[in-house]
Amino acid sequence: MLRIKYLATRLVLAIPTFLAVLTLVFFVIRVIPGDPATAALGDYASKEAVEAMRERMGLNAPLYVQYFKFLGDLLQGDLGKSLITGKSINEQVKEVLPYTLELTLSAVLVGAVIGIPTGIYTAVKRNSPADYLGRVLSLAGLSVPAFYLGILIMLLFALKLDLFPAVGGGDLTDWKDNLSHLFLPSLTLGLIMTASVTRLTRSAMLNVLQEDYVRTARSKGLEERVTILRHALRAALVPIVSIIGIWTANLIADSVLTETVFARPGLGKMLVGAILQRDYTALQSVMVVYTGFIVIVNLATDLLYSIVDPRISH
Amino acid sequence: MSQIQAQSPVVHPVRLRSQRQRMWHTFLSNRPAIVGLVLVIIVILAAVFADNWFIALPRGEDPTPLITTFDPLKQDARNRLAEPDAEHIMGLDSYGRDTWARILYGARVSLAVGLGSVLLGGVLGTFVGTLAGYIGGKTENIIMRAVDVLMAFPSLIMGLMVLAVLGAGLSKMILAIGIVLSPTFARVAHGATLTIKENDFVNAAIAVGANRMRILRVHILPNILGELIVLGSIWTATAIRVEANLSFIGLGVSPPTPAWGSMIRDGTQHLGYAPWVSIFPGVAILITVLGFNLLGDGLRDVLDPRLQQ
Repeated sequence: MLRIKYLATRLVLAIPTFLAVLTLVFFVIRVIPGDPATAALGDYASKEAVEAMRERMGLNAPLYVQYFKFLGDLLQGDLGKSLITGKSINEQVKEVLPYTLELTLSAVLVGAVIGIPTGIYTAVKRNSPADYLGRVLSLAGLSVPAFYLGILIMLLFALKLDLFPAVGGGDLTDWKDNLSHLFLPSLTLGLIMTASVTRLTRSAMLNVLQEDYVRTARSKGLEERVTILRHALRAALVPIVSIIGIWTANLIADSVLTETVFARPGLGKMLVGAILQRDYTALQSVMVVYTGFIVIVNLATDLLYSIVDPRISH
Repeated sequence: MSQIQAQSPVVHPVRLRSQRQRMWHTFLSNRPAIVGLVLVIIVILAAVFADNWFIALPRGEDPTPLITTFDPLKQDARNRLAEPDAEHIMGLDSYGRDTWARILYGARVSLAVGLGSVLLGGVLGTFVGTLAGYIGGKTENIIMRAVDVLMAFPSLIMGLMVLAVLGAGLSKMILAIGIVLSPTFARVAHGATLTIKENDFVNAAIAVGANRMRILRVHILPNILGELIVLGSIWTATAIRVEANLSFIGLGVSPPTPAWGSMIRDGTQHLGYAPWVSIFPGVAILITVLGFNLLGDGLRDVLDPRLQQ
């Protein structure tokens, strides 16, 4: 019951944040130099044509009318039409979103599955050669840009060893093809995340392992495995959940880079395309989708907090 | 007014010689930090001495390359994508330009963006954060809520958004990344200010009639400086990485100015048969970012023992 109440509060609190960001995005887009109508028609369009276009795009209406229309359309789930292609943005997003989501989620999985055990192991074996190696590797992981790691991984696994396809997103209806295209990009992002998760898990575990109740558990003869996994890890989970939440949001942003390296379709590519082509409505819509995603990730993190540490929801 | 002034005890005293010696000793005994410092110095030397601008510019001449003999912009159409050899140790790119020379000059863009944006974001964020923390009340709430909202956004998305508004170019890149970094500084400065504010020496300063700006400048800033320097070093690493990301996407400084991210981007077209065009600039980014990260970790141990992991 308490947990439901806690989550309801978080949900209600998320609404003003969401609205604030939408408002920010709306006005920031209006500050971008250059006229969207001219951008849509090209520099050689006649004055009359540009004026007609402005009228059709609703740009001549007062700003507050445009703002409420934007919010109203959004409430009905309508993201508008692309300035450049004239295609429905809903359709475009529906087409590319699965690619970005599968990439982000699989990368988070890779990061957590490799990062948490490595962090625990290096904390338990503190100052051993394994710990030292883990620390060096995770620092290197924090320092390498995602796109560069992607290029190195592509060079090795796709171009030299020829194990996986180098570019493209694969066919979503053919899981084998889809998975083979997903492997390298999600390994790239996953390894970057692993570095952070390992470092944080290690330091959280080191803190917890010094606690009295861990010593008590050991002194009463509890198996070391149980002491570490059930007593120590449980307490270290809150910061770990928090960093995984942060990375889920980060990775959906970093997917811009892997999508560029591996020429995958996706939200990031759509965003960069919108910026380069000055497609304002597309830019605005992609930002809305990102914001929605980040709000959901934050809510999910809050939910996980309250499961991992029941004291939080009290 | 009398000259009575409240002296603020600096939490991490730097005036005592023995204290300073101890900090120096802590730093020197931290081997990774020394490695970081050396890497950072190497990159700075490469950026400064890539050409002899410090002699040529005052005389009104064009600078000539110093560390390398090659001009980073000179194209050699007959030797496009030539392999590394004794003359061109890192090979040539798709326009026949020397990769090693371009990496040296590219260090300038990376360092300018890294240090410039951290300075900008640091000053902006620290000002907003300390002010919010010091004033308190509703103003503090509104400012810190806005900071939270901005921080929820991944730095890359924020950077893209700001660049979309500002347009491309070196100064705009510094401005964009500076804006992106400022909320982090604001949050740290805010937190630190709240802690320091409760100390008796601040109350003493208020009691003798010091004004707000003076209290911020003389009593609060020196005490949170250590934390901010640590943050600055680590965020320089991040700023350099974000710059490389944005250049790689194609939103960096305009060509033909060499920047590491855009060099890698050019190389991806020829990855299968000329990987060196992409690989070497990536090593440069890795070394630089690693250097600042190691240095930041080391500085944290010296300047802010509380933050030690």
